[in-house]
Amino acid sequence: MTHQLIIDRAGPAVTLQDLGRPHRLAQGLSNGGAADRLALFEATAILGATGPLPAIEMAGFGGVFRTTVPMRFALTGATMAASIDDTALTWNRSYTLEPGQTLTLGAVIRGSYGYLTPASPILSDPWQHSQSTHLLAGIGQPIATGQAFELGPDPDAKRPDHKITPSDRFGGGFIRIVTGPQTELFDSQTLTRFLNTRFERSPQANRQGVRLDGADPFVANIPAGLASEFIQTGDIQMTGQGVPYVLLAECQTIGGYPRIATVIPADIPKMAQAPIGSYVEFDVIPLDQADQACPADAQILQSLRCQVSPCLRNPHDIPNLLGYQLISGMIAGTEFDEDPDDTVN
Amino acid sequence: MTAQNAAPFPCLLPFGVDSIVVRFAWTASDTATRAVQNFQRAITAAALPGVVETATALASVIISFDRGVTTRAVVCDQVQQILDSTDWTRTQPPPAQRIWHIPVAFGGDYGPQLDQVAQMISRTPDQAIAEITDTDLRVLSIGFAPGQPYIGLLDPHWNIPRQTELTPQVPAGALVVAVRQLVLFTNPSVTGWRQVGYCGFRPFLADRADPFALKLGDVLKFHAVSHSDMTTITASDDAGLGGARCESVSAA
Repeated sequence: MTHQLIIDRAGPAVTLQDLGRPHRLAQGLSNGGAADRLALFEATAILGATGPLPAIEMAGFGGVFRTTVPMRFALTGATMAASIDDTALTWNRSYTLEPGQTLTLGAVIRGSYGYLTPASPILSDPWQHSQSTHLLAGIGQPIATGQAFELGPDPDAKRPDHKITPSDRFGGGFIRIVTGPQTELFDSQTLTRFLNTRFERSPQANRQGVRLDGADPFVANIPAGLASEFIQTGDIQMTGQGVPYVLLAECQTIGGYPRIATVIPADIPKMAQAPIGSYVEFDVIPLDQADQACPADAQILQSLRCQVSPCLRNPHDIPNLLGYQLISGMIAGTEFDEDPDDTVN
Repeated sequence: MTAQNAAPFPCLLPFGVDSIVVRFAWTASDTATRAVQNFQRAITAAALPGVVETATALASVIISFDRGVTTRAVVCDQVQQILDSTDWTRTQPPPAQRIWHIPVAFGGDYGPQLDQVAQMISRTPDQAIAEITDTDLRVLSIGFAPGQPYIGLLDPHWNIPRQTELTPQVPAGALVVAVRQLVLFTNPSVTGWRQVGYCGFRPFLADRADPFALKLGDVLKFHAVSHSDMTTITASDDAGLGGARCESVSAA
């Protein structure tokens, strides 16, 4: 019997993403992977998975999904209209989709990128150790209506549903940046104006980068014949017209446009998630502060694991309450405690 | 020592939380590209603890590190020591380890801007082709797109600017030129560079056993072929090699 996730309908910018392919600059390949990596770690913590799982990333609009086996899944990242059959779902928690049910994820409500992560790992042929689609590099394709993925076994199928309160990163706001190797191409007046500008997140955005509107052009003093230099995710590049673009997961690896600063890794999720029309402002911080503000992936995940809690079902939401055996010798009363150690006196 | 000590290059600059950049110049030059190639080899050979990646751009080198293993301060010290160990601008080009022979069809539909480029460098189209095929060209950097080589350097009179009007699309395989460099496009692309030729050779093919054909420092010898030969080459080419062959050079 095959275990499948069936995509009955997919929005226009739905892709399979994991953490991408790091350290391939020498091959001209940028990291790629989830636009909001934090959403993948949140899903990992919610599902109690040993490590990040491949997720369906949905920019702006979700899709309609069915499964052939009971499938635990987490919804993280940008909040989208969500339901299983006629029952509305809340975001940032796990559910189980049963065979015969339909999971519908609609338009984004807050943020830009929503994530559907099955606890039964989506199986697809990895390319260079990652299942991520990298559209700019021509690796993989957007997920299409009618497509189906094989699912691996859920190692923790009996785990109760969990939830998390995500860090608030879905409405734009202040984004922390550090100066970089090309900041000196901009005079101090231009840099000051950049830091004093309230930008509007443009509708022109994709996994490669997001355009910022609302300011006069920022012109650099470019040496004639400036050689292309390395780019990293978070770099704020000025186009030939002096329009800022913040480069995201699928950025090119080198380029000739001048870059004024770099968004720190910890604030990339906030930048990627800033919804169309939201306001964004930049705060420059010293490098040592950036180092402190950007923990390693393992630390981020460890911290999120401590933040998840079981979803206690509201009796009003249980249709056949009287059908449940509410008192049982198997229940010790501590199963749902957030931190079992606290119960020891 | 010399007045060069007062020069701003080479300079070591932090780049985000986990990388540094060593810049030898703002612009590409024979001196800078030699320095960059040799310095990057030295960094790689040093196998610094926690350094997870190095790569070369035209006139700069990036060094990335794992913050769980080392720190920016430590890496900067180690890199500065290597940087100070010699005058990198006076080093010879590193010995080539591989030589690629790559057929190119120049001019006409395969190189619609050859005549224009020839005019810009005050040569006939045939002279321009001969200069491309006779120059010792190397892969100076791989980037922008996966496996895509920046090739150079051509002689100084090839320092022609990028177009102000972009070409809406050149095909994969387009050989384009600007600022003393050639780029061999791996994917159809918009570009400000001028297309002088076309190769059946694909530096990157995701589905090929070895998706990335080229390595930094590879020598590229372009061989001019007729348009009909190029048609024949591309007609029977599953591996995207376009008639190219790679010759290994044993280390001296």
